[in-house]
Amino acid sequence: MNALKPNGAKPNGSGVGVENVISARDLVVGFHNVPVLKGLNLDVKRGEILGFVGGSGGGKSVLTRTIIGLIPKWSGSIHVFGEDLDALSEEDRSALERRWGVLFQGGALFSSLTVRQNVQFPMRENLELSPRLLEEISLAKLEMVGLHRDVLDKMPSELSGGMVKRVALARSLALDPEILFLDEPTSGLDPISAGDFDELIMALQQTLGLTVFMVTHDLDSLHTACDRVAALADGKIIATGPIEDMLQSDHPWLRAYFHGKRAKTRTGKTGRKRV
Amino acid sequence: MAAAAALLDARVVGRTLVLDAGGPWVAAEASHIEALVENIYKRAYTAEEVNINVSQVERLDSVGAWLIERLRRTAAEANLKAEIKGLNPRYKILLDEVAISNKEPPHPHPKKKALHDAIEHFGETVAVAGQDFYAIMQMLGSIVVVAGRVAFTPLTLRFTSVVHHLDRVCYRAVPIILLINFLIGCILAQQGIFHFRRFGAETFVVDMVGILVLREVGVLIVSIMVAGRSGSAYTAELGSMKMREEMDALRVMGFDPVEVLILPRMIALIIALPLLTFIGSMAALFGGGLVSWLYGGFPPEVFIERLREAITMDTFRVGLIKAPFMALIIGLVACVEGLRVEGSAESLGEHTTSSVVKAIFLVIVIDGFFAVFFAAIGV
Ligand SMILES: Nc1ncnc2c1ncn2[C@@H]1O[C@H](COP(=O)(O)OP(=O)(O)OP(=O)(O)O)[C@@H](O)[C@H]1O
Ligand SMILES: [Mg+2]
Repeated sequence: MNALKPNGAKPNGSGVGVENVISARDLVVGFHNVPVLKGLNLDVKRGEILGFVGGSGGGKSVLTRTIIGLIPKWSGSIHVFGEDLDALSEEDRSALERRWGVLFQGGALFSSLTVRQNVQFPMRENLELSPRLLEEISLAKLEMVGLHRDVLDKMPSELSGGMVKRVALARSLALDPEILFLDEPTSGLDPISAGDFDELIMALQQTLGLTVFMVTHDLDSLHTACDRVAALADGKIIATGPIEDMLQSDHPWLRAYFHGKRAKTRTGKTGRKRV
Repeated sequence: MAAAAALLDARVVGRTLVLDAGGPWVAAEASHIEALVENIYKRAYTAEEVNINVSQVERLDSVGAWLIERLRRTAAEANLKAEIKGLNPRYKILLDEVAISNKEPPHPHPKKKALHDAIEHFGETVAVAGQDFYAIMQMLGSIVVVAGRVAFTPLTLRFTSVVHHLDRVCYRAVPIILLINFLIGCILAQQGIFHFRRFGAETFVVDMVGILVLREVGVLIVSIMVAGRSGSAYTAELGSMKMREEMDALRVMGFDPVEVLILPRMIALIIALPLLTFIGSMAALFGGGLVSWLYGGFPPEVFIERLREAITMDTFRVGLIKAPFMALIIGLVACVEGLRVEGSAESLGEHTTSSVVKAIFLVIVIDGFFAVFFAAIGV
């Protein structure tokens, strides 16, 4: 049974048999001589949903953007699918980039394209699909993320915050990526939609063998959707493990995060639910 | 098992049409698979039910899943009993997801006719011109109201902001204004000398350069330059502030965007343009004098002497008096266009362009009105 083989992976190409889809070593990243990430080590395993937590302004978005190559790192190394990102040629790199999808914190929809065009854009550029198929697939993706077809011809400026998130997710799923980077996907969604969102992510992870790197502050997402949680404080990963371990940890920051006032009501209700 | 390589095959077993799907059903193969899916029912089968056997599918992504779903739907639409068999349980969720999508036919893209389009566009343009006039007057009105209010309570004027904008639109524009006007002065003088020489009237070049530069060219060149340089910047700044809800943020904090953002910009522009016009005119006269000396052969003393006879204080004033009005129109157009920007980057670009185009157009129109007016009063 090839259950562990992710969909779309080249049979003899890169990345087969690599357990850690993303691994960052001694990563140092900063701005204007001030380091934000100070020697960070992180592994993301194939097929898991990793929840990434940390204080606001702690550098979660910076880490995400560094892994996908938008921010230059000062030192350290990043391997994705076992490939050193620094050692890749231009061509290999863009091939690699097509294997991940990114949902930016602010959505980052193309403001001068309609919703339909936004979702179709990556497919149009990278795949050869007939117009009919393109139309059907983009609509299927939008419906998958819970959007109604009425939004198809709206401009991003006409959408609500939650709708922007969904369209952005649909766009990041356009190429059936193997890794999905999500920067606070459920913030700005109502609890019902956030729950649906979690279920969708889990469904995609299970069918497509997707690896998900999810920055989130949503304790519900951490409980229901995430296989593992990594916590960032002071520019380093202070702990990784299943949510149960996090809850039992004695680390002051983790205690404050998971047992603070806001978290109180939730504790006790743990355990990952599988769809 | 031999069929493993084939993406899609059909065989008839009794009254059942069995479709064997196999291999990679992924986006990269989409064009092949779609063609197969389209054609598979074209051959006539006397079947009553369809079994779609997907057990040999090696890989499946959402495009493949959708095509399987389309295969099923096409059969279902032909009133055949369609079933998907041998599905890897791992892919069930994916198929379920696509099965509930695309239930209604897609919206047709609206199509228009060319002639219809052209007429509509023309009508729109006329209507927009009317709206422009109205919007500019409205902006002028609100600026006057705010300026009046500020005049009574001078401390509420955002002085720092005015100075900041003055630095940007005036001080930093000096080099380019000097250069451009100098060159224009040179060209005017050279052309004048070249053509007047035939009538032996070279000395009138000084009259021409003096009057042309001080009355018309100085202020026009400067206005056009400022419209392109600062008017566009104003539009882009105000537009992107509007896009990011910064204007709304100001408003809910109890500030009037006209007072905070627009008035300081207008004041800076109205101060800057006469200054730049003066500087620019001097640069143009200098250029004219230089060329007259080097190319026309009359020394600076002669040039200055002629100039003194040719122009009066009125010539100078006529140019300068126009400058604040030009500033006003450039600023008004820039602010009106800036506030019209909507959500998209494209809209920002569009309004910045039309800000510059409209401002330059109106500058020239106003210059025309002034020319008529001055002729009427005999200046
Ligand atoms: N482009 C930039 N230039 C300078 N500093 C930056 C830049 N981007 C981020 N920073 C700084 O890096 C730090 C980490 O920012 P980051 O956006 O990663 O926070 P975060 O963990 O994602 O927070 P949040 O949960 O609020 O999204 C912050 O102190 C921020 O000021
Ligand atoms: Mg962030």
